Amino acid sequence: MAQAQEFEKVLSSSDTSVAAFDEHKSAVKRIQHFLHSTPAAVPLIVLLLAIIVFGITIGGRFFSSYTLTLILQQIAIVGILGAAQTLVILTAGIDLSIGVIMVISAVIMGNCAVSYGLPSVLAVAIGLAAGAACGLLNGVLVAYMKLPPFIVTLGTWNIVMATNFIYSANETIRDTDVDTQAPLLHLFALSFKVGTAVLTLGVIATVVLVLILWYVLNHTAWGRHVYAVGDDQEAAKLSGIQTKKVLMTVYTLAGLIAAFAAWVSIGRNGSISPSAAVTDYNLQAITATVIGGISLFGGRGSILGTLFGAMIVGVVSMGLNMLGADPQWKVLLTGVLIIGAVAIDQWIRKVSA
Amino acid sequence: MTQEPILTARGLVKRYGRVTALDNADFDLYPGEILAVIGDNGAGKSSLIKAISGAAVPDEGEIRLEGKPVAFRSPMEAREAGIETVYQNLALSPALSIADNMFLGREIRKPGFLGDWLRMLDRPAMEKRARDKLTELGLMTIQNISQAVETLSGGQRQGVAVARAAAFGSRVVIMDEPTAALGVKESRRVLELILDVKKRGLPIVLISHNMPHVFEVADRIHIHRLGRRLCVIDPKQYTMSDAVAFMTGAKVPPEAALAA
Repeated sequence: MAQAQEFEKVLSSSDTSVAAFDEHKSAVKRIQHFLHSTPAAVPLIVLLLAIIVFGITIGGRFFSSYTLTLILQQIAIVGILGAAQTLVILTAGIDLSIGVIMVISAVIMGNCAVSYGLPSVLAVAIGLAAGAACGLLNGVLVAYMKLPPFIVTLGTWNIVMATNFIYSANETIRDTDVDTQAPLLHLFALSFKVGTAVLTLGVIATVVLVLILWYVLNHTAWGRHVYAVGDDQEAAKLSGIQTKKVLMTVYTLAGLIAAFAAWVSIGRNGSISPSAAVTDYNLQAITATVIGGISLFGGRGSILGTLFGAMIVGVVSMGLNMLGADPQWKVLLTGVLIIGAVAIDQWIRKVSA
Repeated sequence: MTQEPILTARGLVKRYGRVTALDNADFDLYPGEILAVIGDNGAGKSSLIKAISGAAVPDEGEIRLEGKPVAFRSPMEAREAGIETVYQNLALSPALSIADNMFLGREIRKPGFLGDWLRMLDRPAMEKRARDKLTELGLMTIQNISQAVETLSGGQRQGVAVARAAAFGSRVVIMDEPTAALGVKESRRVLELILDVKKRGLPIVLISHNMPHVFEVADRIHIHRLGRRLCVIDPKQYTMSDAVAFMTGAKVPPEAALAA
């Protein structure tokens, strides 16, 4: 035992109990603590509530497995893009360019397979590589040039979008051409029925992708590093994490996943259009991520939440559709959900204070 | 001192723009000792520590570990060489668990297919080692090893950071202001931790402004002034006011101390 200073001698008679917590926590506190340790719980609860509310108001028509699986088909692409966005937002960044990366990858896949007559497998590989290359560019600019992610991806959004229009001359590749020359590009449109439920390969791919990413984020060193970098980049660096490498791989992987979303989107849309509604996809992916409880400040949230977030948007828009409501109600409700999600995030964070 | 120093630095220079933070600084650490580094604000203590812990690369000068020249370009390289640092801001990730934090950057993977191919972390093994280490250092008042670091008190966080350094440091442990943010009782625990680590034969570099703490645990005191080592004194032969007088320039240290 160290030789105590004079004023510290009284310590030997001090209270030895350590940090005794008041166990009679209020129910609200306990809920707050549960939500803090289980970040995907909030979106899951909201999702179930939404299903129940629309189920009651609309009735059996909504509750049918056909309708519910149709919702899954509608959110597959947003779910995949949301997964890519989640990776980036977990590092306290944002990727505004994933929507256009998806479109240019689709155009490249289509052109390689249909216009240049390359084997479909090669066309898909080139498309995926192009997406990853765009992501790599973002990653290098963010990690090594130390530019803010918002500005970098705003820039690459414009650059990639313009490149896309110049390269494609804004020509759409028709559904029938894809079908006859490169059926592999329509792979994810394959569907099979289980009773009245209709599942496409695209839906299954979305769920499998999210599960794989969940595993990687929670059970590998790289995944823990993604969280650590988003939490406190300086601390992560000092504890020996190669933060630049982590950032670069995250943006590259986001680009690759966006290109994968391109492949799935060709299956869903049939034709390949260079002027697909990019902004919509972008914002929907960010919305799914935020509603899914991924903190925009980085380091917090579960990727499962993003999938639930995408489903919430899908359920709400399908439900309102079936009720015959003005489509603007969906937009309004999405806004409410976003603000609500961020407010809940702030409240949960206070558990540590 | 007949022993060879374990860590030495000669003629370190570090400039930040027009500011010269280190001006031909020297440094010696002997095996098994606690060396305190004291100095006024802006004397260059932090720059010196950053240079030997790999957090900053000096512009000039040479660092030797056990006689061999080393040039760390990142904290990771210093850690691989066996130099662990407890930073003033602790360098913990608040949202990650205690075990995850202790193994950040050097995780243990499961053996066999799961670890080699699926890169799966061996959580049970990491949690067991983290728990063992915390118990060894008498810090097991923490109930749950998988709780997030942000739910711990300041003293407990300090304990986790010290335990991490003690668990992995094989040659040198550096502690930057370990008691600055702590209360009387917690400071005492950390000082005991420091002596515990010393007992295991690890030399410690202690940076502190707290003179009573420095004079209590240090074997030698390195006084830094104006970017260089002014002198090294034996805390048994000088008083705290002597040390303060040297480091502020109020008094010129004797020749014998200058040579040390």
